[in-house]
Amino acid sequence: MAIKHTQEYRDPEIAAMLIGKIKQTSRKPFRLMEVCGTHTMAIFRHGIRQIIPEHISLLSGPGCPVCVTTQREIDTFIALSGIDNTIVATFGDLMRVPGTESSLENERACGKDIRMVYSTYDALNLARKIPDKKIIFLGVGFETTAPTIAASIVYARQQGIKNYFVHSSHKRVIPALSTLMEDEDVNIHGLILPGHVSVIIGMDAYRPVFDKYHLPCAVAGFEPVDILKGICSLVDQIESGHPMLENTYPRAVTAEGNKKAASIMEHVFENKDTAWRGLGMIPQSGLKLRDTFEAFDAQKVFAVEVPKSEEPRGCACGNVLKGAVTPPECPLYNKTCSPTSPVGPCMVSSEGTCSAYYRYHSNSL
Amino acid sequence: MCLAIPSRIVKIDNEMATIDVDGVQREASLLLLEEPAVGDWVIVHAGFAIHKIDEAVAQETLQILRDAASIMDQIDK
Ligand code: SF4
Repeated sequence: MAIKHTQEYRDPEIAAMLIGKIKQTSRKPFRLMEVCGTHTMAIFRHGIRQIIPEHISLLSGPGCPVCVTTQREIDTFIALSGIDNTIVATFGDLMRVPGTESSLENERACGKDIRMVYSTYDALNLARKIPDKKIIFLGVGFETTAPTIAASIVYARQQGIKNYFVHSSHKRVIPALSTLMEDEDVNIHGLILPGHVSVIIGMDAYRPVFDKYHLPCAVAGFEPVDILKGICSLVDQIESGHPMLENTYPRAVTAEGNKKAASIMEHVFENKDTAWRGLGMIPQSGLKLRDTFEAFDAQKVFAVEVPKSEEPRGCACGNVLKGAVTPPECPLYNKTCSPTSPVGPCMVSSEGTCSAYYRYHSNSL
Repeated sequence: MCLAIPSRIVKIDNEMATIDVDGVQREASLLLLEEPAVGDWVIVHAGFAIHKIDEAVAQETLQILRDAASIMDQIDK
């Protein structure tokens, strides 16, 4: 079966037309940032950097959920795996992220029960099948993932599952955008906004940030035509001097977003101040479980001692996540740090900028 | 973590759906989706369907792009 809603957006003729338009319209050099790890991967995979004019720089922002997770949080995950009678369930990307002393992968090799799951359903199934163990799910991700975790908690309560717990390290994109805009190291002229976070939060959610900073913004999808359409919109906005908040992915993103998902998230979580790797503490940018769900809240149920956390020495992930440096500017890149022996999270996660640079190294440098 | 390729719902059983991703069948929860139906094209994230692709909008966008491409083509010739 043809991959509908995908193949059409890879049409070389349409792509050529968009590239032509970008080349015609774009005059001055400028820097665009994509704020979504899936965009980073797609931009590299489709070779978008090579086909647009050289004076347009594409930078990656804090869009890889694993990468923005702080060292302290990683160390906490590792400590959780040491609690007796527990199984830690996690998405695969977290396994190899180096903590201060160890990683989840190391701990598993030492006999801790840590399991990779594809969705919270798998974690819930573990809880159901192994009732005498406590299952702790490591909740990492943005507004796209948070509703899926919230749904699992509601489901656990409905089903009377009492051995399922979530450690919430979720983060919200909008507060991080404001922090980026205020950061002196960040020098960008337009934002490619995340496609699937926007599916949940909707275009309207960006309005306050847009009205405050008036930076050209385009929500984009993930196929080559989608990404080029987003860039085309930003070029038009920049060259005409009329910033807009444009939705170039209307088949998936609406003004109000997915209300059902947003309301389940709202039902289970409330905002809290939280720290991001690279960006520091950002007010109201994290999500914690509401008191009504405290029985499922790993932060409340389990007290773990976490030794002093230290970020990997020499790793520039913090600045990579702000687009202030590119991975090859990091002294460790491709020397002591590579996907087989990663020093920082940006080299581990498939959505990490360093790993994307590394994989597509030969054609991107 | 995002599955950017849309999947088609082929079966619904309570709040779980069987989805087809380019010929491969998987399960996805429908808890976050309003009014799902067999035949819908959905975006799936971490085992949950999070959006139904708007067919009419998808067609309209493509038409506009194709028209623009053919105009550019004519100018080039
Ligand atoms: S190359 Fe490695 S050490 Fe350098 S910033 Fe990236 S992850 Fe950190």
